[in-house]
Amino acid sequence: MTAFMPLVRGIIYAAIGYAIGAGIALSIATTTGEPSTEPMIVLGFVFAVIGWLMGVGMWTTWGRGWFGKSTTMDITGGWERYLRFNVDHKVIGIQYITSLVVVFLLAGLLAMGMRYELMDAGQNVFTKTTYNTTMSLHGIMMVAVAVAAVMGGFSNYVLPLIIGAEDVAFPRINALSFWVVPPVVVLLLLSPLFGGFDTGWTAYPPLATQTPIGGLLFELAFLTFGISSILGGMNFIATIITQRAPGMTWGRLPIFAWSVLAASVISLTATQWVAYGLLMIIFERIFNMVFFSPPGGNALLYEHVFWFYSHPAVYIMILPAFGAELEIISHFARKPLFAYRWVVRAFALIVFLSFIVWAHHLFTSGMGESLHGPFMILTELISIPTGIVFLSALGTLWRSKLRLKVPLLFALGVVFNFSIGGLTGIFLADVATDIALQDTYFVVAHFHYTIMGGEIFAIFAAGYYWFPKITGRMYNETLGRIHFGLMFLFYNITFLAMFAPGTVGMNRRVAEYPPEFEFMNLITSLAAFALGLSFLPWIYNMLNSWISGPKAADNPWGAKTLEWQTTSPPPLENFDEFPVVTGDAYGYGDESVVHAKFPNSTNAVPAEGD
Amino acid sequence: MTHEHAPRVNHRFDSLTINRLGLWLFLVSDASFFIALLSSRFFVSGTHTPEYVDQVLGLGLTILLLISSLSAYRAEALFEHGNIEGAKRMLLATIGMGIVFVFGVAFEWHEAFKHFPPSTGFGTILFTLTGVHVTHVVTGVLTLGFVYFRIRNTTSIGDNQFAVEGAVKWWHFVDVAWVFIYPTLYLLK
Repeated sequence: MTAFMPLVRGIIYAAIGYAIGAGIALSIATTTGEPSTEPMIVLGFVFAVIGWLMGVGMWTTWGRGWFGKSTTMDITGGWERYLRFNVDHKVIGIQYITSLVVVFLLAGLLAMGMRYELMDAGQNVFTKTTYNTTMSLHGIMMVAVAVAAVMGGFSNYVLPLIIGAEDVAFPRINALSFWVVPPVVVLLLLSPLFGGFDTGWTAYPPLATQTPIGGLLFELAFLTFGISSILGGMNFIATIITQRAPGMTWGRLPIFAWSVLAASVISLTATQWVAYGLLMIIFERIFNMVFFSPPGGNALLYEHVFWFYSHPAVYIMILPAFGAELEIISHFARKPLFAYRWVVRAFALIVFLSFIVWAHHLFTSGMGESLHGPFMILTELISIPTGIVFLSALGTLWRSKLRLKVPLLFALGVVFNFSIGGLTGIFLADVATDIALQDTYFVVAHFHYTIMGGEIFAIFAAGYYWFPKITGRMYNETLGRIHFGLMFLFYNITFLAMFAPGTVGMNRRVAEYPPEFEFMNLITSLAAFALGLSFLPWIYNMLNSWISGPKAADNPWGAKTLEWQTTSPPPLENFDEFPVVTGDAYGYGDESVVHAKFPNSTNAVPAEGD
Repeated sequence: MTHEHAPRVNHRFDSLTINRLGLWLFLVSDASFFIALLSSRFFVSGTHTPEYVDQVLGLGLTILLLISSLSAYRAEALFEHGNIEGAKRMLLATIGMGIVFVFGVAFEWHEAFKHFPPSTGFGTILFTLTGVHVTHVVTGVLTLGFVYFRIRNTTSIGDNQFAVEGAVKWWHFVDVAWVFIYPTLYLLK
């Protein structure tokens, strides 16, 4: 039972913290004569998070040091090390991945519920409010998965390995950024019990300031999640700048590391804007401030601030996905990554442009019309660097001898799906067509093609690709292929069928719709159920292979990058002997290019073959 | 396994450099929060400043904070030259000015409630801008306080170098943030 002690202590400390915070708010409220539950929840939550963090182990590994006392850090042990404040980036990566898989499956079940409701035009199971709460929860939980699964999960696990480091630059901040995630998930799951929130994950005021307590819980959860994202971004930038192995020059940095660096820049700066947006909503709720209501206030302020984060945020999601996709394509095509330098430039350009396109979300919101033209052109410009990323993938595939393993299948899926997502985006960037398509299922289908078809497919590609490294065991190839086939087929039917009612004006965020859209919705729903079922072989495969799969080789793919040049799974500080980088990471087909050497041992990085 | 063991690393940066970089990145991040904050002023209440705004108090708070930046700088410089006693004196002076600043803002809030409560456009902006900033000031005072007690019994710079440097840099950041907030809040017509 001692394994669960940190969690139990965390929960107890959180309860004590909540009591302290709520007590302070209550005593302030009684002196000013304005008793209200919302300030109690906000202040209680702040103290509860601090209590939770200290309880799970931040106090013993970190906090004591602030007072000049000695700190202890237990990073050894078996499965119980995943249940405490652990500073090893590999443990944190697995913590992120497993937690977010649970969130992903729960959010997927919510989508199944929505598709059940939408099978026919009438209103059946859900009320309008419960439907929209389900939709909003599905949205925010999937956004959390999309933001944190690649950045928090795979980047944490792989990034220090791929640059030849022993850990990230700030291991304790890294652990902190994970351990604020459980309170976020708890708050989101609690919110339906407190009236839920029907605002969608975008939380537009004035509706967001009028939702029941459930809405406040969601806003607090989102804000807290931002802290995790900011600290993660800071850590990855510092890691890539300072922790690279000797010889790992910028020109030799694997493309996945570049993509994480690009996404981290956005994460570090833009996330503060959504934090401010949510803070304004909370202030308006608890202090009756007037950011969004007369006199003076204007709901457009929130939309600007929100999308100043949330548009760049889609690049936090997709950039590391591109990085993983290109990484996998190069290793499985056995060819150097095509136009490596141009891809790095494209990433930089995407980061720059991502900050100046946000207002294309506001074309129909009443924003000044003089802004329509510039934001349309800027938005369409972003297809140039994205196109370069595509050309790199296609150029690498061109005349290669592909090894059609499951990771590559998913990476090819990204290329296919994201091209549909990208092409349909043009109609939404264009003002004239966007005015008709805004808030229809065309938009829903479009962003599911970019985020699910692009990023989630890339997450699965990354999951299969790094599975042998993370677990030390090999997954079942046949089950993986079945998973890919079913998921790819039913994913495309689900969302292609969604474009049709969208183009003729079927609104999103409604439980009821005109009967003429019924047929396409029935197809979408049936395909969506099959899509849901396609994850069963994946769950079975992952669990079964992790427990009893065949032992994986250290480098089963014959890849040149550094994470494959250590044992599977890697030892505590990643490398028994640290590597020195001597050449390009993608030098396939050229025997003279050796990515890394281990000076004291004879095994250089294998160049070719399995 | 304690944290204080000599780490086995595969890079050429010392921990001081890495910590400095981390702090700078955090400052960049926090600065973008202040940019969002300042831009909302123009959105909610334009460039209009009510005449009730206490200009003398605003100017006084600004001067106080600028002087405290100087004493914080002196604390860091003295510490790096090994003058621990002088550094502690300067830290105390900085902390004192920080506390006076917090009381100044509290007085301003007390007055502001009469003319522009949070439910008015300018009140919303004033309470948010000064509230967020004074929260930063409080964290700055607490950090400087930690540093003061941390170097209490020491005669060497040692591993306290980043503690002093980081706390002082954080204090400068808080001051610079005020340098932007002051004209935005008080001086616009």
